[in-house]
Amino acid sequence: MQKSSRLAIYALIELASNPDRQISAAEIGAKYRVSAHHLAKVLLTLGRAGLVQSIRGVGGGYTFTGNAKRLTLLEIISLFEDTSTKCKLSDPSKATNEEWVLFDVSKEINDITMSTYSSISIATLLKQVERRKNSKTSKKDMAPAQF
Amino acid sequence: MPDTVEEQSLDNALSIRRATTDHLKHVTDLDARITGKSKPEYWQDIFERYASRRVDQRFFLVAEPGDGTADTGILGLIAGEVRGWEFGSEPCGWIFAVSVDPDYRQQGIGEALFEAMVDEFRKAGIPKVRTMVRRQNPLHMSFFRSEGMVAGPYIQLEMNLEEG
Ligand SMILES: CC(C)(COP(=O)(O)OP(=O)(O)OC[C@H]1O[C@@H](n2cnc3c(N)ncnc32)[C@H](O)[C@@H]1OP(=O)(O)O)[C@@H](O)C(=O)NCCC(=O)NCCS
Repeated sequence: MQKSSRLAIYALIELASNPDRQISAAEIGAKYRVSAHHLAKVLLTLGRAGLVQSIRGVGGGYTFTGNAKRLTLLEIISLFEDTSTKCKLSDPSKATNEEWVLFDVSKEINDITMSTYSSISIATLLKQVERRKNSKTSKKDMAPAQF
Repeated sequence: MPDTVEEQSLDNALSIRRATTDHLKHVTDLDARITGKSKPEYWQDIFERYASRRVDQRFFLVAEPGDGTADTGILGLIAGEVRGWEFGSEPCGWIFAVSVDPDYRQQGIGEALFEAMVDEFRKAGIPKVRTMVRRQNPLHMSFFRSEGMVAGPYIQLEMNLEEG
């Protein structure tokens, strides 16, 4: 997953879990230790997609305008990267058996990735965050997974 | 799910209990409505194995409207069992069917059935629940994810067996 997609998901989690508050890019940036400038760019894309609304002025910021139960990770990621499962062989008509076999392996992996992203909504992520907070065996000490 | 389905609201309480042979027809009917295929023999067989034998390890639960005393049909079902030692796995709770009447979906019946099943597994001393769903089925995928299930350490593999 690319950095912009990750920032978008953090921002949407933050806004969706605080429905009655306007939150600035700086505040989200501080919480997730990421650049507010990069976040502002990401939020612009989310705004164009109708997922957030920005309110200008003192105390201004962003609010979530999407449907948390239906908005999936795949829809968010697709705003920032090419998630299509189209054939990435340069010229399928000339591809060798070796190329096809390797292509099948990548497709297998990609199919799992895409169906995983499309089955997880923002609401489901929020529930996971709560479960993690409440779990007795907090995984805080575990090394973060690589993206 | 087609958008034209008129949703019924669940005004009364819901009761979840173990299926008995009285439910066989309702279960077969609900499955036929959902899958478009009636499989009375399959369900008869499942009932013989899951609703009457080794019931401390096999669970077939149904959701009914109200207190479940009226013979009004069922709103949903869930089936599972304790499975052990497949490829060296510790015994786990395995869910192999969950369905809710299309007219009564998205009102928490699926979740109530899932929780009742998980309770049965806990009572049987089982610390983990597993299932296998079609990746292409967004309803099952989103549902189980929403209940907190994530990909486990196993992966399903398969191969075509050519004829001849
Ligand atoms: C999967 C199924 C059992 C869910 O039952 P349900 O009673 O509608 O589920 P619930 O109302 O308890 O929903 C629990 C969670 O699942 C998820 N979910 C349920 N329906 C969903 C949908 N249409 N889209 C996205 N997520 C959904 C939601 O996260 C929901 O949580 P929420 O209520 O906080 O939004 C039901 O949709 C079903 O029977 N589907 C048929 C599956 C099938 O194809 N069967 C045929 C082959 S076996």
